[in-house]
Amino acid sequence: MDEGRAQRRGVSPRLWLAGGWLLLALLAAIFAPLVAPQDPLAQDLMLERLPPFWIDGAEPGYWLGTDSLGRDLLSRLIFGGRIAFIVAFAAAITACLVGSTLGLIAGYFGGWTDRIISRVVDVWMAFPPVLFAILLVAVLGTGLSSVILAIAIIDWTRFCRVIRAETMGQSRMDYVENARIAGYGRIGIMLREVLPNVVPSIVALLSLEMGIAVIVEAILSFVNLSISTDDPTWGGIIAEGRLSIHQAWWVLVFPLITLILTVLSFSQFGEALKTRFDPVLR
Amino acid sequence: MSAICLDISDLSAVLPNGQRVLRSVSLAVQPGEVRALVGESGAGKTMIGKAVLGVLPSSVRVVEGDIRLEGEDLGKLQPKARRTLIGARTALIPQDPLTALNPSRRIGSQMTDRLVRILGWSGERADTRIRQLLDEVQIRDPDRVLKSYPHELSGGMRQRVLIAAAFAAEPRLIVADEPTTALDVTVQKQILRLIVQLQREHGTAILFVTHDLGVVAKISQKVSVLYAGKVVEEAETAALFAAPQHPYTRALMAATPRYTEPFASLKPVDEAVLAGLASEIAAADQAWRRPHG
Repeated sequence: MDEGRAQRRGVSPRLWLAGGWLLLALLAAIFAPLVAPQDPLAQDLMLERLPPFWIDGAEPGYWLGTDSLGRDLLSRLIFGGRIAFIVAFAAAITACLVGSTLGLIAGYFGGWTDRIISRVVDVWMAFPPVLFAILLVAVLGTGLSSVILAIAIIDWTRFCRVIRAETMGQSRMDYVENARIAGYGRIGIMLREVLPNVVPSIVALLSLEMGIAVIVEAILSFVNLSISTDDPTWGGIIAEGRLSIHQAWWVLVFPLITLILTVLSFSQFGEALKTRFDPVLR
Repeated sequence: MSAICLDISDLSAVLPNGQRVLRSVSLAVQPGEVRALVGESGAGKTMIGKAVLGVLPSSVRVVEGDIRLEGEDLGKLQPKARRTLIGARTALIPQDPLTALNPSRRIGSQMTDRLVRILGWSGERADTRIRQLLDEVQIRDPDRVLKSYPHELSGGMRQRVLIAAAFAAEPRLIVADEPTTALDVTVQKQILRLIVQLQREHGTAILFVTHDLGVVAKISQKVSVLYAGKVVEEAETAALFAAPQHPYTRALMAATPRYTEPFASLKPVDEAVLAGLASEIAAADQAWRRPHG
């Protein structure tokens, strides 16, 4: 048994790759002032549009080159990661708590409770998410907390739908009936018997949602609706890079790679975690 | 304490469309007695078990009759008191030992949980009790089993665990819902033997739901034969096999495959008998509807 487990652990490189990238990016974001080679806001028009280090004309200390105002791209990406991660964690956890709770209640109690919650979810999901987000931020005003709130308000339905379906499936299992015969209360069964069986899905969704939150934040920054324009954000850097694609492609390409790697890592990490959390799959 | 362990009288239940799934079922189980409920699938055997345990599907409504557990009328109790009573005095040995155990919890915590949280035992007492029961169901490595997740055990092992769990709280009545159907033929016999053995040692009454007349003959003292939610015959097991009274019982026995005639083709239950039963039931329904609107 233990041997088999160790073996399966060994053949899960995606957990290590995805986790590794996320850890690296997270640590860099947390210790940004120590790690970043330059001040991300310092402009120097003598150093504008420096290429990355392997191309002729690069300056030492500006590893990924600079943008049209001479700001160091690597430093800006590292500082941009701070906002990306804050939004990812805060928005995804909020959406997860709200959505999973409602999903668990709807799936377990069924009947009227389920009908009301499900109708709200249906109506909610009829809005195109990105437009909804832009609208919400326009109403709530720009700023970190409105971005977080907007993403949570839009995406709790994802959790609600999946967890409701999972809970319904689990609630029909004989072990739930057994617990009822033994005399457990309804809430007790929901929390002690059913919830542990939907936790793997919650974890996977949570990680996936963090990736989605990173994208949505980038989109909002891209259209200049995220936080104040001074702090670097990945979406903001992409928007600037788009303007100078012909003179300095790296300003667009590096933040895109960072974004893609991060989002991909979140989703892969979630899948891998799900397998680790599930005693049947493990 | 009343002498009768389980007393069901005139129990009728309907589906939302008004169709009766239980037709004035009456049956009594004495303390320590094994009562078999036999019938084809859909005859309502499981429904009776669920009614006794208070877990009927929400679409099925009991419209008439009552169920008494050791003299207490379950229908007259408040839901909470009913749950407590059923939890303390009954247990279920389920059909499918895989889905009856929570896949994400270890066997040990699932088994002791009920004793500790519902019956208020100390953890130590519950643990001792569980180990004693595991020994009784001939599980020789209780440490490994208690630490396992359900999927790490074989079907037979899981069913042993469930039998141990059912007897752990010393219930007065156990509903065994086709406990061997989902198991390998070779394991079925061992499991049956275990149930009978524990039943004798603990003096527990069992309502044994099955479609297998062979099993009925082996383990029960009395039998109720069910067809379409109606008890068509009730007798001592020996008497039933010696001289079945109702044509349906005879037809059911004739349809049982025998090892002595291995190449005889499988026979369905005689259609003439079923036609007779259908008109009998239609007449009974009509008579029942009149006073009930």
